[in-house]
Amino acid sequence: MTDTPESTRMNMIQAINSAMDVMMDRDPDIVVMGEDVGYFGGVFRATAGLQSKYGKTRVFDTPITECGIIGVAVGMGAYGLRPVPEIQFADYIYPALDQLVSEAARLRYRSAGEFTAPITVRSPFGGGIFGGQTHSQSPEGIFTHVSGIKTVIPSTPYDAKGLLIAAIEDNDPTIFFEPKRIYNGPFDGHWDRPTQNWSQHPAGDVPTGYYKIELGKAKVVRPGEALTILAYGTMVHVALSVIAEAGVDAEVIDLRTLVPLDIETIEASVQKTGRCMIVHEATRTSGFGAELSALVQERCFYHLEAPIERVTGFDTPYPHSLEWAYFPGPVRIGEALKKIMKDA
Amino acid sequence: MASDRVPAHLKPNLPPLSLYVPEPKFRPGDTVDFTQVAIPAAGETRRPDTADRADSFTDLAYQMVRVLDENGQAVGPWNPRLSPDMLRAMLRSMALVRAFDERMFRAQRQGKTSFYMKCTGEEAVAVAAAFALDYEDMCFPSYRQQGLLIARGWSMVDMMNQIYSNTADRLHGKQLPIMYSVKEAGFFSISGNLATQYPQAVGWAMASAAKGDTRIAATWCGEGSTAEGDFHSACTFASVYRAPVIFNVVNNQWAISSFSGFAGAESTTFAARAVGYGIAGLRVDGNDALAVYAATAWAAERARTNQGPTLIEHFTYRAEGHSTSDDPGQYRSAGEPTAWPLGDPIARLKDHLIAIGEWDEERHAAQDKDLAEQVKAAQKEAEANGVLGHGLHQPLDSLFDGVFEEMPWHLREQQAQMIAEETASGRPWARK
Ligand SMILES: Cc1ncc(C[n+]2csc(CCOP(=O)(O)OP(=O)(O)O)c2C)c(N)n1
Ligand SMILES: [Mg+2]
Repeated sequence: MTDTPESTRMNMIQAINSAMDVMMDRDPDIVVMGEDVGYFGGVFRATAGLQSKYGKTRVFDTPITECGIIGVAVGMGAYGLRPVPEIQFADYIYPALDQLVSEAARLRYRSAGEFTAPITVRSPFGGGIFGGQTHSQSPEGIFTHVSGIKTVIPSTPYDAKGLLIAAIEDNDPTIFFEPKRIYNGPFDGHWDRPTQNWSQHPAGDVPTGYYKIELGKAKVVRPGEALTILAYGTMVHVALSVIAEAGVDAEVIDLRTLVPLDIETIEASVQKTGRCMIVHEATRTSGFGAELSALVQERCFYHLEAPIERVTGFDTPYPHSLEWAYFPGPVRIGEALKKIMKDA
Repeated sequence: MASDRVPAHLKPNLPPLSLYVPEPKFRPGDTVDFTQVAIPAAGETRRPDTADRADSFTDLAYQMVRVLDENGQAVGPWNPRLSPDMLRAMLRSMALVRAFDERMFRAQRQGKTSFYMKCTGEEAVAVAAAFALDYEDMCFPSYRQQGLLIARGWSMVDMMNQIYSNTADRLHGKQLPIMYSVKEAGFFSISGNLATQYPQAVGWAMASAAKGDTRIAATWCGEGSTAEGDFHSACTFASVYRAPVIFNVVNNQWAISSFSGFAGAESTTFAARAVGYGIAGLRVDGNDALAVYAATAWAAERARTNQGPTLIEHFTYRAEGHSTSDDPGQYRSAGEPTAWPLGDPIARLKDHLIAIGEWDEERHAAQDKDLAEQVKAAQKEAEANGVLGHGLHQPLDSLFDGVFEEMPWHLREQQAQMIAEETASGRPWARK
């Protein structure tokens, strides 16, 4: 899949930066825009160096209006460009909701394909950085609920780059949520222990050139027999560390794309293991886990040997000081693991 | 994809369009020269009657209300003629805000909390406004108006408790540091989402008017935040219903790394936003406490006499980083803060008091020392209630309080689940 064998160590920010760099180099219609993304290179440095390389008309700062950023991206898309807007934090995406839901997501359908919105909205999401309620949210369930938007969430630098390239090439609007807790390393859920760095992780080895990971394809990150764990983003690593500590032979599936979902991989796994646990950091009620649970129940009911378990954030705003009590970490997953494996 | 392609729709007889993208005058390493910034002389701008129609003084949106001149004298029609006691009280409040900021910034650097934001160089904007408003008037601030609380005499210990998310934090550790909420002092809960407070202030003001109350509302946002739709919704509502509200736009030239040009400052002033909405607009020297006071008092009088809203642009400068997460050396010239032509608001008020023989350097130095001691004492008291990260300051199950007035079944279930988890974990938290 790669057109160059060269690879190098990257953290997730560098991999995301590299994806945009590679794509901007290949396609002059790609533009990057957002608050502080230009000269400064973004508050998380994801767009660092792009403006000096591709110029101000392709990489530019915007006024602070998320509604404007997405609306302008839709208009640029209508002209024929391929915008990659950044929303500084997922918590600030709400002012853009009308442009995303009523416009970007509906354009192809309502114009019979005359107009489309080939935009990729990047946004850091998720908690675990003491960011309080406005720098911590996981609003993916709001977007998976909207027909016409794809939702992608990477869990490693390698995947982040390959998925972002695929999202940019995709002709439909895509929300690309970046789990900021794992920008620097695969956080295992133990907030009181040092976090491993991506340089020590195999998926921190990232090709420098072009490659893509097809949207809608999940990845079995750990094959197993005892149960299936469905996760994405940060929670993939938390789940992996919990089952390693518990010594459970779980099959861990990183969904990577929530919409469109790789239902075949999920079905095959649950039909094999007979047990399914869903893990996400977002709040529980109407979260994406509810959809997953319904699908698994509809398609694998006669294979299930235990009720499906959902491990999620609680149905509260993200608290500042109690953030580790909120976070669905090793204890919450561990308890659910005991429950689902009780009669095994 | 090839750039030499000439599409059929390109008209050969017309010049090609080009996209304009603003660029600030100075970047890191550049020598700063602010002579381009037009600063009218103090006392020069006229002061209309508060009963005048907004469309009769639209020129004020493009000028600058200034009272303190280069010699420290208060001049012109906007001079609020405050008593020396009042001037000293204002100076003291501004210096206290700065001392508080210094101390809390350092506390964050020492790992005692997660986040802090200073308002250095902008102290006059909030402090002078607080002095000009009635204590009962309702404030809808952004995160940079800690000066309102200090000037209203609110407890620094209480503010610090919030910053530390400690046992005495009235917000129960639920909110990011500095996102205060102090209803008792007429200070609305600060949101992390920009400009949301703007239409809320209008709603409060409309309610006050509808009820025949006498209180007015005031709100603040940065110049960068005026781009948000909420700002414009607020202006429209305020104009339509002539709401008794004061809109303050704190133009400190920067929005994190984006200069004011990305909010439209290259084309017009922020005060001029008022003109399009048909509401009163003033542009004020934000580093001149007397000008801020006078403009606020003028706007308050308009609001209180049913003349409707006023938008005040406070022309000032963010002398330090955006927050503890920011390094301004990455995107702007280090020479900017000192070259800023409107000086430092504390120094200017101090010089005025000295010029009129009501203050001196010794008293100022002694006051600074005293204020630093007061802040230090408050910090000690607050830290006795704990600092962020050192143990658990709120009962675990309080996580679920305040989502709704009454806790529905699903939250009760999750609460019980959490307690069971913590007990099972054997973590120190569980034993608390
Ligand atoms: C809706 C929303 N978008 C983006 C942000 C991120 N953000 C926080 S402060 C800030 C800059 C605001 O600048 P300005 O309005 O000029 O206020 P200042 O910080 O200068 O006081 C940005 C972009 C946010 N908090 N809320
Ligand atoms: Mg600003």
